[in-house]
Amino acid sequence: MRDRAVRALRVAVAVAVLVGLVAAPWTVDDYTVALLARTLALGLVAVSVALLTGVAGLPTLGQTAPYAAGAYAGAVVGGQLSDVGPVHLLVAAGAGAALAVVALPLVLPARGVVLLMITLAVGELAVVLAGRWTSVTGGTDGLAGIAATRPLWGLPVLATDRARYLYTLVAVAALTGLVLLVLRGRVGLLLRAGRDDEARLRASGHRVAAHVAGVHVAAGAIAGAAGSLLVTAQQYVSPADFGFDTSALLLLGVVVGGTASVGGALVGAVLVVAARDWLFGALPGQAPLVLGLAFVVVAHLLPTARRTRRAGRGGSATPRPSEVRRPPAVTGVRA
Amino acid sequence: MPVDPYVVPAVDGVAYGLLVFVAASGLVLCFGVAGILNLAHGTLFAIGGYTAAALLDGGWASLALALAVGVLAATAAGALVAVLLTRVAAAGHLTQALVTFGVALAGGSLLVAAFGPDDPPVRVPAALDGSVAVAGHRYAAYRLVFILVAAVLAGLLHLVVRRTRAGMLVRAAVDDAEMVATLGVSPAVVRFGVLAAAGALAGAAGVLGAPIIGPGPGTADAVLLLSLVVVVLGGLGSMTGTLLAALAVGQIQTLGVALVPSAAPFLLFAAMAVVLAVRARGLATARRAT
Amino acid sequence: MTPLLTAEAVTVRYGSLTALDGVDLRLPLGQRHALIGPNGAGKTTLLDVVAGATRPAAGRIRLGGYDVTGLGPAARARRGLGRIHQRPAVWGSLTARENVLVAALPRRAGRWQPAARRRAAGRTADALLDRVGLGDLAATPAGQFAHGQRRQLEIAVALAGRPRLLLLDEPAAGLSAAEVGWLAEFLRGLPRAVAVLLVEHRLDLVYALCDTVTVLRDGRTLATGSPAEIRASGPVREAYAEGVT
Repeated sequence: MRDRAVRALRVAVAVAVLVGLVAAPWTVDDYTVALLARTLALGLVAVSVALLTGVAGLPTLGQTAPYAAGAYAGAVVGGQLSDVGPVHLLVAAGAGAALAVVALPLVLPARGVVLLMITLAVGELAVVLAGRWTSVTGGTDGLAGIAATRPLWGLPVLATDRARYLYTLVAVAALTGLVLLVLRGRVGLLLRAGRDDEARLRASGHRVAAHVAGVHVAAGAIAGAAGSLLVTAQQYVSPADFGFDTSALLLLGVVVGGTASVGGALVGAVLVVAARDWLFGALPGQAPLVLGLAFVVVAHLLPTARRTRRAGRGGSATPRPSEVRRPPAVTGVRA
Repeated sequence: MPVDPYVVPAVDGVAYGLLVFVAASGLVLCFGVAGILNLAHGTLFAIGGYTAAALLDGGWASLALALAVGVLAATAAGALVAVLLTRVAAAGHLTQALVTFGVALAGGSLLVAAFGPDDPPVRVPAALDGSVAVAGHRYAAYRLVFILVAAVLAGLLHLVVRRTRAGMLVRAAVDDAEMVATLGVSPAVVRFGVLAAAGALAGAAGVLGAPIIGPGPGTADAVLLLSLVVVVLGGLGSMTGTLLAALAVGQIQTLGVALVPSAAPFLLFAAMAVVLAVRARGLATARRAT
Repeated sequence: MTPLLTAEAVTVRYGSLTALDGVDLRLPLGQRHALIGPNGAGKTTLLDVVAGATRPAAGRIRLGGYDVTGLGPAARARRGLGRIHQRPAVWGSLTARENVLVAALPRRAGRWQPAARRRAAGRTADALLDRVGLGDLAATPAGQFAHGQRRQLEIAVALAGRPRLLLLDEPAAGLSAAEVGWLAEFLRGLPRAVAVLLVEHRLDLVYALCDTVTVLRDGRTLATGSPAEIRASGPVREAYAEGVT
């Protein structure tokens, strides 16, 4: 009953948010439009989080790492290659995917809370790296004065907040649509099956490790592309864009959006980030306190996906009968 | 290469590493026993740090008082996290992450409101506020004493886990949570105990380590990250592994920076990549059986 | 002729406990073979070893003459192994049809599949669901199924992988009398191209379905023979009876 009410509410809110996003450039001031463009980029990162966490059952707190890699690569490398947006997007997606590939040996065997820890550590280290690698990233001061982007070859550069916003909106919509399209087919089926019962999928002959690696890299590429959109939107990038609170905020947005729903994650993240921005404007002193309480309250109120992958080391999905001792748990303290 | 200039940072690294170990050991307990990733763990450490900054006045009595108050406050905060998690315990890792992050955010905000946005200075006991000469080098006296105290703490922790009934339950819970439930110990009680104990450890580390990793708005995040890295490097659940990893990270953060300042940002990342890649290969061979 | 499955001197230890101690097993193509024995005899462990879910401390597993000891469950499934678990394992958030489809889909990642082949997988799924009697529930999420329906679905999933050898771990456990009747009928109706290795406590089912029976006790093979021989063997009856509680 409550689930159905929540679902109806979600659909209504999603429609309202999407209509609002399209109408925004003509209804709100330039400052808000610029904020919204940045928020949309975060929404795309949330799509990658939902892909991993909700669809594939691989919870993550580390998508800020490929997001940051994409942002810096798009700004530094992309900026030297061309001033055309899609080129930046490709470079950034490549950087995000490359970072995901580098992290693969760490994340591939991990599931559940172990995966949360490892992804958080990787994400946080990436941000520390971005802050200290001053020669490339500008350190904690960030990279300012990034040149304006052309949306396509032969078009004028994006000179206004509204133009940058519309470019971001189109790119986010296209990439989210692509993800949704791919998930409708075989890929979505196999990822959801792996989330439900990985050992059974293996027993059906599927290469689960390849699926897991593939979805990590794809999510890295999406987050990387979002990084390029961030750079285009705010023409500035600094480690503060990729902090630990960003990861947590994205996770909250994904949970608010319904965890397993990629479109819901986009809407949820946009709502949560917008609420955060509004809160910090309205109550500058108490904003973190209120936000923190909001996390606790939302976690108590919303039904979340209880399904995350179990560490699939044991091949048999069934609880072992009494004649067999269980293998040691994956989590554990050994003195 | 002359070894001499690197002795002092190496000793500093031991102090730093032991501090990180005491902070991280609470995280190992939470994670290993109850399967909880407590994102508020750094905040518990910060509570200890701020307590030290507020109460220490250079005397021994104030150190004892700060230790008592800091440990108590951080234990209470850990217990609060456990209570907040009780209602959502069945809901899984994501909900736990949201709740504990919410506590971290709100707690950090309250600490800044109470103690101000700047890093407060910490006064160590006057008797230790200086340096002593050992074998031709001058060391900060507090750090030398801290090494001893932290080593004692680590030893005590080992004894508790190895030798006591609580430690036995902890190890049993790790092996088989359902079996412990059949012993009549409810998972809620285990969770409460573990989070409170982790709070106590973080609080003690925060108070005693305040002169090394001082309190401030960035402390919670930094300590959480260091603890996470150390726990992951240490093999996710092994106390001995965590200790070794913490000592290694301590050296990287002090000796490594002194030796190759330009590579400093990459050292932690590289260490993690190397260790995990090696371990991943071990896991891969184990996984071929599946 | 090369047997379909051979297990040679398989030994499995869990710490100090030896679950299997040098067990041999040989299944020709199409054979219906049962493993019986008291609880703790190592029957499920042997299935785990054959399926690749447990790695033996010693011994070899050959499938169709090919040594698969070093392969995981997925690779063995691709070589024609299907499995039914003691507790039916289905993908709860997928519909019944999607469950079968996942198993019927080609299992090599990253290869482009022509639409015709995907449609063929869909037809296979529909036919299998009809065969196990779940045709009307094709669009229902498997998580809503009762135990017996999950068992039916799991059998369809296992058959969708076109196994040459089906491993059945107590398929009748938890089923009603009517469902057991259905199961026996269905298994009897399986084409002879599918060999079966069955672990089952219900000896009536074992004697009705299988042409060879192996008795395990304390991780060792006690006897192998036809149902008639096993039934006649005194020590076997004794060993089995004392273990059944």
